[in-house]
This record gives sequence, C-alpha cells and structure tokens, in this order.
Amino acid sequence: MEKRAVFSHKFLPYLLLAPQLAITIVFFYLPASQALRQSFFIEDAFGTTSNFVGLENYRYVFADPSYYKAIVTTAIFAAAVTICSLSFALLLAVMADREIKGATAYRTLLVWPYAVAPAIAGVLFIFLFQPSLGMLARGLTALGIDWNPLLDGKQALLLVIVAATWKQISYNFLFFLAGLQAIPKSLIEAAAIDGARPWRRFFTIIFPLLSPTTFFLVAVNIVYVFFDTFGIIDAVTGGGPAQATQTLVYKVYNDGRLGGDLGGSAAQSVILMLIVVALTSIQFRFVDRRVNY
Amino acid sequence: MVENQRFGNLPAHLVLITGVVIVAFPVYLAIVGSTHSAETIANGQLPLWPGDQLLENYRRALFVGTTRTTRALVATMLFNSLVMALAIAIGKIAISLLSAFAIVYFRFPFRNAAFWVIFLTLMVPVEVRIYPTYAIAANLNLLDTYTGLAVPLIASATATLLFRQFFMTVPDELVEAAQIDAAGPLRFFRDILLPLSRTNIAALFVILFIYGWNQYLWPLLITTRDDMQTIVIGIKKIVATHDALTEWQLAMATAVLAMLPPVAVVIFMQKLFVKGLIETEK
Repeated sequence: MEKRAVFSHKFLPYLLLAPQLAITIVFFYLPASQALRQSFFIEDAFGTTSNFVGLENYRYVFADPSYYKAIVTTAIFAAAVTICSLSFALLLAVMADREIKGATAYRTLLVWPYAVAPAIAGVLFIFLFQPSLGMLARGLTALGIDWNPLLDGKQALLLVIVAATWKQISYNFLFFLAGLQAIPKSLIEAAAIDGARPWRRFFTIIFPLLSPTTFFLVAVNIVYVFFDTFGIIDAVTGGGPAQATQTLVYKVYNDGRLGGDLGGSAAQSVILMLIVVALTSIQFRFVDRRVNY
Repeated sequence: MVENQRFGNLPAHLVLITGVVIVAFPVYLAIVGSTHSAETIANGQLPLWPGDQLLENYRRALFVGTTRTTRALVATMLFNSLVMALAIAIGKIAISLLSAFAIVYFRFPFRNAAFWVIFLTLMVPVEVRIYPTYAIAANLNLLDTYTGLAVPLIASATATLLFRQFFMTVPDELVEAAQIDAAGPLRFFRDILLPLSRTNIAALFVILFIYGWNQYLWPLLITTRDDMQTIVIGIKKIVATHDALTEWQLAMATAVLAMLPPVAVVIFMQKLFVKGLIETEK
C-alpha cells in the first residue's frame, strides 16, 4: 500500500530519518558486525593482539559439553514456562470471558504483574523460597522435602521456572481474553442448541478458533524465555548451582564477562542471532497467515 | 450466558479468585516483609500480616541506604530509573515519528533500503550483541551517563512500524487539502499528523515506559558507579548474598518502591496499556 499524495523535498526526508538511522547504525549494525567479526578471531587476555582463526571459535563452542547443557536447560525452561503459563492463563481467560460480575476488576487484578521487572520478580521468589527464612520454603521443609535451591540444581531450575511463569501469566491472559472475545457468540449458541455441553464446546469450537492466538503466544513465550528471563536468572541463581540454570543467553554473558572469552562469546551470539531470526520469521508467518477454519 | 448451570457462576469466581491470590501473593508478602524488623524476618518468623516498621524501613531504604552491600540510596536509584525510562520512551517515540513520517510521506532514493535497515533491528535483541555494544558505548565515553543508559536502547523498529502502519490509514485527502492550502510537510506533520496520532503516542508511551523502567542487563553493564545505578539492578545488589545477612526488610521496601511506578501506570492507564500491548505485537 502506497500513499497517493506525497510531499516532494530533496533533503528533508533524509534529515527526518537521520536520528533513527544514526542510532541504529552506531548501536545496532556496528556491534552486530563486530560480534560477527570477533567470532572469527581469538584475542589474548589483554585485547592487544587478535588472530584470525576461521571457524575455530564455533568448533570450540560445539565441542563444549557445557554448551549442550545450556541448550538442554534452555529447552526445558522454554517448554515448562510456555506450557504452564499458557494453560493457566487460558483457564483464567475462559473464566473471565463469561458474563460475570466484576469481570473488569478481575482483569485489572490479573494484568498488573506484566509491569513487574523480571529481576524484581526473581527477588520476590527468593524471598518466598530462600531455604532458611522463606515462608514457602519452610512449608516445603515441614512437608519433609529437602529444599535448598542454592545447592540443588533441579530445585534451582524449578524456582526460576516458577518465577518466569508467574511473570508471564498476565501477558498470555490478556491475549487469550482478546482472542476469546473475538469469537462470535452465535457459534457457541448454535452448538449449545445442538446439545453440546461446555466441555465439548470448548474443545470443538473455542480452542480451534483460538489457535492463531495460541501459535502467536507460543512463539512470543519462547522468545521471552530466551531473552527476558535474563534478569530472573541473574537475580535468583546467577546461572548456578554448577551451571544448572545457565541458559544460552546467560552463557553468552558469563563467558564474555568472567571467562574473558570474547571470541567464544561472540560465536555464541552469532548462533543465537540465527535462532532469533528463525523464531521471529515463524512468528511473522503465523501472524500473517492466520489459521482459518 | 448460553445455558443455566447448576452452580451459576460460582466455579468461575472460585477459579478467578484463586488466580488473583496466586498472582498477588508474592507481592503481598513483599509488602508484609517491608513492614517488619530484620530480626523477625531473619528468624523465619514472618507472619502473614503487616508489622509496625513500615515508616522506619522505607525511610532507611530511601534516604539512608543499606549498610552491607550497595550504598546507593533508593531515592537516587528511583530518580535514575525515572530519567532512563522517560528518555527511552520519549526518545523512541520522537525518532520513530520522524522516520515513519519520512518513509510514508516522501518518495526518495533508498527509501526502501532505509525501511529495511530499520526493520531488521526487530530481529536482534540487545542481549545478543551486548559486549560489542558495550565496547562502542565505552569508546564514546558513555559509561555512567544518562545518555549511555538510554540512547543505545532507543534503536529499535517496533515504534517506527507502529507509526508507519497508523500513517497508512490516515486519508490521502488530508495531505491534498494541506497542499492546496499551501502547508509544507512540517506544518502538515505538526498540525495534522501529530494531533491524529495522540492516542497511539500515549499507548506506546505506556508500553515503552514500562520497558525502559524494567531494563536490566544494559544498565548492569553500563553503570559502574553506585550513584548511577537504576533501581532494578540496585535491588539485585541488595540481595546479592541471598542469606540471613541480607537486610531483607530494606530489600523488600526497595522492591515495593521499584514496582510501584510501572504497576501504577498499568492500573491507571489500563485502556492505553492494553491498546499499546496489542498494537506493538501486530
């Protein structure tokens, strides 16, 4: 779609574009190309010399067992957060979609966690689950569970998953609610007249009609787990214990900072960029080509 | 309601109330924690109701600071967060309005190229290119400055795409009328396009303010001085040790203060917030 009537001016459009292009080039394309370049070089510890090493950094990344561990951690993390927060949000959205007293109040009370920063969500959950003084941690201990996420990797991952799920419910709830409200009531009434009970109506009409929203949310949630959970992980576990909660993004950060391995970190960045491009294009495909019935 | 159910809406209310309780509980307990003394919390004796240390804890967090970890005052950190969030929100909106205007209302060489250069930034979040970006900011002497906190995060395509989409729906007749009245492009932008974009600008502002306020990784790298850090990274430094030595009552007061501005924005501007959220994801 193009405008029929436009202005003509020689310099003005460039002037208008200049601020955004300048910032984009300096803080986006320059760093991205530098990451690409760095991934083919090895620098010494002081950054004084750098040698071209071809694909050595990539070979090193893929030979590193802790990289595979980070892939597995990220996959478990993404699957758990996506499944839990989507199902919980869908349940709440279906309930809030009815003609029910206080529907707007419920919506307000369910959407605000979106505004809580991931790192702060992490701190709230440490306070609940800190082994010696957390209220819920004491409850778990009273039940006879040996709870200590500071030492036990599986429990640490569980804690990070719970915090990340909590934070994402409100977002998913809002989009599911919008999706539900877009379904014509006549379809549901027709099914009810044909004798379909609520469960049957949900699985044969509502859920299929929601599938574009669901696909979209799955992609958004995966991207969320990849990048936005950085603050939660850094606040709750710092990637530990023994790298049990180290995701791919967290490893890029850790290797470049503590390890001082800029080449390896850059190679991981480039791999991640490719993953994001793939995820984003999937997202665009689903948004463009809405699933029709 | 399609049919009468045996218990009416009771099950729905129960599910929603359970949901609200689960969602609110961690925050409620943070508020409770911020009103008790350090000893009560350290002993693991925190009750479910508020204590009497509210004023003392918030006074210390805001104006005295913690004793063990980061020494920055919460008041300072709140100010830094506010400056960063406003700069990111206003900066993004300003540069995006201008570039979207150029792309939609002018024909010029490299127009498509410029659009793609901006569009591709959607693909790569700051987390992925963090060290090279940091190196550039350091070379430009942007460490520990407000410019360094905000400007690198302004480069993104979402806002430009949103305004481009909106400008496309503005009727062509308005431009033609402006041209007949001999109004130049800048006049048209200021007197017609900007007023029409008001709701979009407001909705986007709400989303970007929350986005800016909640930034974590970038401020963590770009600030080295305690008095330049934002509240979201300050809180993490207060609980850095995770054990009973942490001054939990101050940590929770800080957390509550850090959540307050963005949560208030969501609750009081809910319509704009929902509009902004749904439109930026299109």
